[in-house]
Amino acid sequence: MNTYATRTRNTRPEPFAVHVGLGERLGLAHMDWPLTIAAVGLIACSVFTLGQATQNDVPGDPNYFVERQAIYALLGIVGMVLLTRIDYSRFRELRVGIYTFLCASITLVFFFGFAARGSRRAFELPFFSFQPSELGKLLLVLALAGFVIDGARRGSEVQRTVRYLCLGLAPAALVFLQPDLGTSLVFGAATLAVMYFGGIPWTHFAVIGGVLTALVALVLVVAPATGFPLLKGYQEERLTSFLNPDEHASGAGYQQNQSVVAIGSGQETGRGDKATQTRLDFVPERHTDFIFAVIGERYGFMGAALVLSLYALLFWRALRIVTLSKNSYGALVAGGIAITLLFQTFVNVGMNLGIMPITGIPLPLMSYGGSSVVATFLAVGVLQSINVQAHLSQKGRFAW
Amino acid sequence: MYLRNDDRPQGSRLYLRVAVAGGLAVALFAILFFRLWNLQVLSGDEYLAEAKNNRTREFKVIAPRGDILDREGEVLVDNRTSLALQLNTAKLPEDPAEERAELARLGELAHMSLRKVRRTIAESEEVAAGAPVTLRTDVGYDLIAYIEENQDEFPGVAVQRVFVRHYPNGSLAAHVLGNVGEIEEDELKEPRYRNLEPGDEIGQAGAEAAYDRYLRGVPGRTRIQVNALGQPTPGGQLVSTPPTPGDSLKLTIDGDAQRAGEEGLASRGLPGAFVSMNIENGQILALGSFPTYDPTVLTEDMTQQQVNQLYRDPVLAPLVNRATEGAYPTGSIFKIITALAALENGKITPDTVVQDNGQIEVGTDTFENAGGEAHGAVELRRALQVSSDVYFYLLGLDMWNTGELQEWAHKMGIARPAELDLPEEAEGLLPTQQWRNQLFKEKLTDRPWSAGDNIQLATGQGDLQTDPLQMAIAYAALGNGGKIVAPHVGMEVEDAAGRVLKEFDPGIRRQFHIDPGYRSAILEGLHLAAQEGDGTGAGVFGGFPIPIAGKTGTAERRGHADQSWFAALSPYPNPRIVTVATIEEGGFGAESAAPVVLRLLEAIYDKRASEVSSAGGSE
Repeated sequence: MNTYATRTRNTRPEPFAVHVGLGERLGLAHMDWPLTIAAVGLIACSVFTLGQATQNDVPGDPNYFVERQAIYALLGIVGMVLLTRIDYSRFRELRVGIYTFLCASITLVFFFGFAARGSRRAFELPFFSFQPSELGKLLLVLALAGFVIDGARRGSEVQRTVRYLCLGLAPAALVFLQPDLGTSLVFGAATLAVMYFGGIPWTHFAVIGGVLTALVALVLVVAPATGFPLLKGYQEERLTSFLNPDEHASGAGYQQNQSVVAIGSGQETGRGDKATQTRLDFVPERHTDFIFAVIGERYGFMGAALVLSLYALLFWRALRIVTLSKNSYGALVAGGIAITLLFQTFVNVGMNLGIMPITGIPLPLMSYGGSSVVATFLAVGVLQSINVQAHLSQKGRFAW
Repeated sequence: MYLRNDDRPQGSRLYLRVAVAGGLAVALFAILFFRLWNLQVLSGDEYLAEAKNNRTREFKVIAPRGDILDREGEVLVDNRTSLALQLNTAKLPEDPAEERAELARLGELAHMSLRKVRRTIAESEEVAAGAPVTLRTDVGYDLIAYIEENQDEFPGVAVQRVFVRHYPNGSLAAHVLGNVGEIEEDELKEPRYRNLEPGDEIGQAGAEAAYDRYLRGVPGRTRIQVNALGQPTPGGQLVSTPPTPGDSLKLTIDGDAQRAGEEGLASRGLPGAFVSMNIENGQILALGSFPTYDPTVLTEDMTQQQVNQLYRDPVLAPLVNRATEGAYPTGSIFKIITALAALENGKITPDTVVQDNGQIEVGTDTFENAGGEAHGAVELRRALQVSSDVYFYLLGLDMWNTGELQEWAHKMGIARPAELDLPEEAEGLLPTQQWRNQLFKEKLTDRPWSAGDNIQLATGQGDLQTDPLQMAIAYAALGNGGKIVAPHVGMEVEDAAGRVLKEFDPGIRRQFHIDPGYRSAILEGLHLAAQEGDGTGAGVFGGFPIPIAGKTGTAERRGHADQSWFAALSPYPNPRIVTVATIEEGGFGAESAAPVVLRLLEAIYDKRASEVSSAGGSE
């Protein structure tokens, strides 16, 4: 891939490109460095936090989570760099294969996956467990964006909207059956995001919004009232308890109450090793879903705000890449990835802060977990690829 | 439609959508930042306080109660440790079915029915709401291991190491020692139980109650850090105040004398009591009541039969301390008071001779000597030696409406609170002219005061109600020349290292004058009665090597057979110790009470031979 570097040197310098030997030799000259810094900064925060907060979690192995998360981070960064050098447009051609792989891998989990806490989500591999639905978030965006571009001129607008919805909601439904409510919501968000940047008319979104509202009302209010609950009891309780946490202080609201207390007790500068909420098991799942509470308690407003700022940087760069893309497929993919990450971040942090329901969505690049970390880095890699291709095509000239 | 993939997407329409998405992102981040600011900066203090409160639990570390020792240091009460199965009802499952299941499982392990478990909880809540309920004490280690392994199935159940009172001598001195029990709700409000909490143990009777504040000790506190499951976390001990064990109480009781007295009583098998006291300082050497009980049963789960025996038997009433709560006529041992009253009021001199024909007639009533025997011409010493009732009938008759007899009885402590340092005490009744006339006026009795009443009182009969302790105080006053001592069983308080922290010497309560000549005349009569010739006690004490002054008593008690009494001052003529015993339905004084006194004196002087020889002179 030296050709990229050669060409770059002959064109005008990019403000964020680093013109040193290593970057050029790796073909990373057109990488969006603020995006890279945000992603690597977040995973660094994650590893640092896990290192301090999970010393006693695995008896006899104080670095169990740190070591593994660091390995996942390295794998993810390598994957990101490799994707940076690939032209993402190839994924458009592979959309059917990607979509098939997506649905097949999720389906196979039902048969070969291992069950954890009543839900089958992952394959047990020799060194780690692979959760197809995590990678599936990226695959869905890549495939659906392809379908949207491909079908842009076929059928009426309504037909297209319905077709994209069906294509997106089929894997979401599969994930929902695992059952993994949170990830299925992410799939739904990804589908809507791709459709949104694909130019689906605003009126259609209004209708979809109305239907969604009705659906939520049906699932949470009408169905239980008529005796045909669609959600499992714990799912419903988790979804609604945040509205009135004290009422569920010992049940589903407990986790959230404890998380809010943990974050609040961190105050401005955090409690460091004096942290108790997240150190003494009051906050559950502290290395995964509630890692933001750990940061809030240990490092206070300063730490939590730093992390949120890194996410803000990440989304700014991601949305910027949407506008830079050399083609519509890139814009749709970048937009889908950006909104998907935004959705996950907001829902997870909101859940930690007690303003969103408990849905079991991990915090991208922060929560412990190989599938999530690697898949998110791959998504960032795709964003980088779009950025690189935009610069190479010399068409990207709009920058914020 | 702007989608034309080969080209860049149409700028303006895409930019609009990106701008809307960007605006949405800004709004969402604003929400998160605002919420974060609100939680951490604006309300951080509250949450920090909540977090700190969340993670600690305070445990009380029970302080062991002090030991109770006899005057020689022999242990009468100490503690043993026991493992108690406790239940914190606040942590029981909220779901009634789950709660029921847990209680049933617990009951099965503790060999209790579900109903009994619930009743125990209800009873405990009534006494001390909120305190952990002790379901069972003395549980085995296998049960504890099982519960700890299956902690999930038993929320709120804990095993606590508790101290249980231990009585190495069984029932010995049970009435003096008393017992401990959980503090009751109304007791918590009393100032002397300030700082105590529901579930704490306090002395409920006897010395345990009287000297509770010394024996009790101060519980320690341990504040430890716990995790969300309430389990202690490693290195999580935050503050620890060790418990301060209670101080030891040394009693004036002489264990050997106590044992001898109780054995003497028990050998008769009849209800009765005894007391032995130093006549100068009021130290009680032995004090017992029969039937007695083993206080150990109060520290264990009792069977219904045990409950009935202890609490519901009005006749035997083993919890009643008959030495201080009895209400008996005393028979002839009362005669020393009659003699003193007559002598001090000039009715007689020690040498006044009276003709005892075996009986006297007053109005229509006839008063006979016991057995109707005539003793002939008797003066005071002889009258005491042979227990001539006629001699004292005449004195009673002489003073029937003067109140002089009552005045002296009152002076000597009859039917007055002895103010012993044990909570259990009855006052008794000294019949007076005013008392009976008042009753008659209120139509509670069929006749006013008459000479017959005083004649009966002069020989310790009739309406008189007193107890061995009051008689011991009266005899002590005779022996020590008119000092009313303050009887007490508490001698000193020692800390765990044996250092004396406090000595109890309440001194004497009051004093009056007794003519030394009258005193020695009465003592001589008592000595003759106890040990010489045809003295009423000579059959029992004739061979006893220590000279004593003693009097038998045979009291007629309505509805009962005669009650046996014996009171002794020893050694004669300079007494130091008074010993009184009584046995309900024991017959003549010499028959059953005197042998009990003999056994007590044998035990006391066995040890104090040197003391006796210096005090008692030669014989």
